[in-house]
Amino acid sequence: MKLTLHVWRQKSRDDKGRLEIIEANNVSTHMSFLEMLDVVNEDLIAKGIDPIHFDHDCREGICGMCSMVINGVAHGHQKGTTVCQLHMRYFNDGDHIFIEPWRAKAFPILKDLVVDRSALDRIMRAGGFISVRTGGAPDGNAIPIPKDDAEKSMDAAACIGCGACVAACPNASAMLFVAAKVSQFAYLPQGRVEREKRVSAMVAQMDAEGFGSCTNHYECEAVCPKEIPASMIAKMNREYCRALKKETCGESAKSWAGA
Amino acid sequence: MKLESKVPSGPLADKWDKHIFDLKLINPANKRKYSVIVVGSGLAGASAAASLAELGYNVSCFCYQDSPRRAHSIAAQGGINAAKNYQNDGDSVYRLFYDTIKGGDFRSREANVYRLAQVSAAIIDQCVAQGVPFGREYGGLLANRSFGGAQVSRTFYARGQTGQQLLLGAYSALSRQIGLGTVKMYNRSEMLDLVVVDGHAKGIVVRDMISGKISSYAADAVILATGGYANVFYLSTNAKGCNVTAIYRAHKKGALFANPCYTQIHPTCIPVTGDYQSKLTLMSESLRNDGRIWVPKTKGDKRNPNSIPENERDYYLERKYPAYGNLAPRDISSRSAKEACDAGYGVGETGKGVYLDFTDAFNRVGKAVIAERYGNLFEMYERITGEDPYSVPMRIYPAPHYTMGGLWVDYNLMSNVPGLHVLGEANFSDHGANRLGASALMQGLADGYFVIPYTIGDYLANHGKVKVNTDHAEFRKAEAEAVDRTKKMLSIKGKRSVDSIHKELGHVMWEYCGMGRNEAGLKTALKRIPEIRDEFWKNVTVLGSGEEINHSLEKAGRLADFLEFAELMCTDALNRNESCGGHFREEYQTPEGEAQRNDQDYCFVSCWEYKGPGAAPELHKEPLTFESIHLAQRSYK
Amino acid sequence: MNNTAVARARSFPLVLVTSSIAKKFVMALTGFVAFGYVVGHMIGNLQIFIGQNQINAYAKALHSMGPLLWLVRGFLIVCIVLHIWLGAQLRIENWVARPDGYARKKSLKTGLPARTMIWTGALIFAFVIYHILQFTVRSTDPRFEELFDTLGRHDVYSMVILGFQNIWISGFYIVAVGLLCFHLSHGIWSMFQSLGWNNKRSERWLQGFAWIFASVMFLGYISIPIAVLGGFLKLPGGVAL
Repeated sequence: MKLTLHVWRQKSRDDKGRLEIIEANNVSTHMSFLEMLDVVNEDLIAKGIDPIHFDHDCREGICGMCSMVINGVAHGHQKGTTVCQLHMRYFNDGDHIFIEPWRAKAFPILKDLVVDRSALDRIMRAGGFISVRTGGAPDGNAIPIPKDDAEKSMDAAACIGCGACVAACPNASAMLFVAAKVSQFAYLPQGRVEREKRVSAMVAQMDAEGFGSCTNHYECEAVCPKEIPASMIAKMNREYCRALKKETCGESAKSWAGA
Repeated sequence: MKLESKVPSGPLADKWDKHIFDLKLINPANKRKYSVIVVGSGLAGASAAASLAELGYNVSCFCYQDSPRRAHSIAAQGGINAAKNYQNDGDSVYRLFYDTIKGGDFRSREANVYRLAQVSAAIIDQCVAQGVPFGREYGGLLANRSFGGAQVSRTFYARGQTGQQLLLGAYSALSRQIGLGTVKMYNRSEMLDLVVVDGHAKGIVVRDMISGKISSYAADAVILATGGYANVFYLSTNAKGCNVTAIYRAHKKGALFANPCYTQIHPTCIPVTGDYQSKLTLMSESLRNDGRIWVPKTKGDKRNPNSIPENERDYYLERKYPAYGNLAPRDISSRSAKEACDAGYGVGETGKGVYLDFTDAFNRVGKAVIAERYGNLFEMYERITGEDPYSVPMRIYPAPHYTMGGLWVDYNLMSNVPGLHVLGEANFSDHGANRLGASALMQGLADGYFVIPYTIGDYLANHGKVKVNTDHAEFRKAEAEAVDRTKKMLSIKGKRSVDSIHKELGHVMWEYCGMGRNEAGLKTALKRIPEIRDEFWKNVTVLGSGEEINHSLEKAGRLADFLEFAELMCTDALNRNESCGGHFREEYQTPEGEAQRNDQDYCFVSCWEYKGPGAAPELHKEPLTFESIHLAQRSYK
Repeated sequence: MNNTAVARARSFPLVLVTSSIAKKFVMALTGFVAFGYVVGHMIGNLQIFIGQNQINAYAKALHSMGPLLWLVRGFLIVCIVLHIWLGAQLRIENWVARPDGYARKKSLKTGLPARTMIWTGALIFAFVIYHILQFTVRSTDPRFEELFDTLGRHDVYSMVILGFQNIWISGFYIVAVGLLCFHLSHGIWSMFQSLGWNNKRSERWLQGFAWIFASVMFLGYISIPIAVLGGFLKLPGGVAL
């Protein structure tokens, strides 16, 4: 089939950028979306035009590298699917396809569809961990964890950190990402030890990065390739409320913040 | 060259403890005076970087992805082995050790494998403490599943995303250290060369993939945890960015490359559909617990699989290997699938596929239970193929997946270049000629959490006092070479894209150095590879400049190294006149078509030394000695 | 660890207006107070259907509360000011968070109410000002000051009817109340989500409840102007203008 692509081209971070029209011929329905772009890029290279740059790596929906808004939907319209696993059989001959990068102040565009998502890493560094050192951990079965809690924790832990939640949110908020991490640990006894400190540190860093705030649109949940529910944000809010209570009741957490 | 494996003396079970005691220590206050470079942020790299930083070393960690969390360890699905014996089914450290040695077709170093089995239990404890949400039973205890090549249930899992969860655990530990300032993280940074000063690895040359700036970093020791080289086949289950550059560059700087021909072809992947295919998708081997593999008994049978009656199906694994059945090790399962397809029994449009059928499992435990076990894999299959595996059997075919070969390391995980340590898939040590399922995660984390933190101290205590900085002539030289190489690739301005040449190389490697190899084929490959390499250096086109994000340039640099490495791989395959594990030489098989090992002549590790451009590599042999087990013909019948 | 960020997040009460999540708490709680008022106000208004005596007595009772009334009014004003201020602040921050928009953007889940909170909010605020001027300060119509019932109480009953007999005023009122309920249809369940009183199972219920509640309120409020325009509520005999 033949497609008309409207692709965001931007040479560098400082370039203004614009949508360019690129024709895609010889598209097979068995191709993945990225394979379609590979074929387009081969054509462009043959013509001496700089290929479309886009992030990708594992191409099996788990690394979270691929990131593009397709026809106004982050990762495209196929539910629970990353771009790399979106297949061309869901498009029709003659379609016009708009391909844009994640757009948020916290995700500066580096080139074409490639954006800088290091803000998410910095949020993780602020508190997205359990403070254990290597060695000395008790036996894995020392603390039984109800299956239900382990499952809920896993539901949250499935987040691949792609940033689609930010891209889709009308406010460019990263709350689903942060909520997933906060919830993963909050459901586990190991994570509850530093739950209050974790949530307030992560939220503070999220705010400092310039993400917007959640106003409960649920667009994040709709595009999340791992279908992490927005109710995780309610869970994070509960955790945050708990942290506020604890911290305003005079308990100092300074030692942890500096440790 | 004398290869010292540095395996400690004494009984197998006591070696590691004795060795830890014998290793030199660095007092806690002095550790901060030493710096370590870690390249790669997968299970091995992230766990090593975090653990070393916790000990007090100054760590710099490099990865080519935009975040350390995206390293390809993340894609491992099925699970991680550990000798916990939680199931009371007779597992033990010794059994895990034995299964791994046997699974590797007796081509791995005994002491390393035993140590791997020993530390396996601590890995699970560590990960649970980090908040890895492993699957659990209703009583709240950890659940296990069984995996290929073992008759006990010792595999721990987090749904079908175990690699992801373990990596996120290691990444969280790493993130914590980055936050504390003990690890300096360099994202989107690709290592282009190793710098060796006075025989010791002292640093690396790196390209910043955003600005294109090529610069050097010096340290007292270098750790490579850069994964495997299965992308030499172009199509593999590896991430698109996985490459051989880091370890191949180290090889060119003197590190020996061990057993490059040992590659693993995974039996359960989604079949190829066309030329545009960019990557192969793996379906976890755990599916073989409940799925039954079959082909029609008649050649070219194009009927709908559901309408092929039971007696017209050949459940060939169950027929050939009744004891292990569908859980036969990967190399055997893959080869059997290839045999069936080569003989004309293959299914699907291309005839390159076999069925993986869950009908019996649905009838036995119900669709709901199977959906709970493998739901995400079933969904993934449907997304990619457009077929519903709940109603039509899956089609699968083998695909390059893992490479057992890698840089040679001693018991301390240090290569023959002092100061250069190699962890995880990038080294050769633990899996012999074939890796068992759920053992890669185990090895990566064992190396990073529980081996390197001890052994690197010994090197640093002995040799870490000689400080070198990036002004040294060797750094200048390596940097200038990297800049020149980049410029050269940009200046060729030929007609062919990097990918098209890579595909060509991949075809040759898959055809002649894939699942089945023979002398004539390997010789053909050895003739073709230099031709493709010439084509690359004469006719490749890399648009854009070096001073920007340039994916073509990145790919070209990686392919240039693959094009040299492929030759080494074929040379090794040609040299090893036996069949063992993933290396199947068609000339050497038993009358039943099984791999025929030759312990008399080939019970050694092939270690190749780089002798300069155009010169044949020199073979060194590390003899494999087995103190506690005797070599046997592998049998899974 | 970003120490400045953490330190900032931890200083109370500043945290309530600086942290994104704490701001949501304040939005939810002040929204809840305003919501409570809107419910109470509707129940009070509906007493008009019982008769002139009832509503005028109710108004008299409210006004006789003296300082307490001003305490309640003060609390309400503080809540509403906070609600508006934080709402505007959030809106501005959220615009700043995405300086360049998409050429194409599709909404998958969010509805019009959620996307227009700031505009419905602003219009409601404008209406409230007018509404207070009309019926509380009584500066829009000179006749309202001179309405007294037979017991000498201020005749709220007649004032309302006189006010709503103007079709433009009724129309404006109905539209404004519509916007208010539109605002509430997102606000009510959003409040639960923001305060964390929500999970996967309760979500559908809360959203349904919010719609039903908003609709009931809408019907309750507009019943008065419609009854006036339809002639069901008539001026009592003594009032002739």
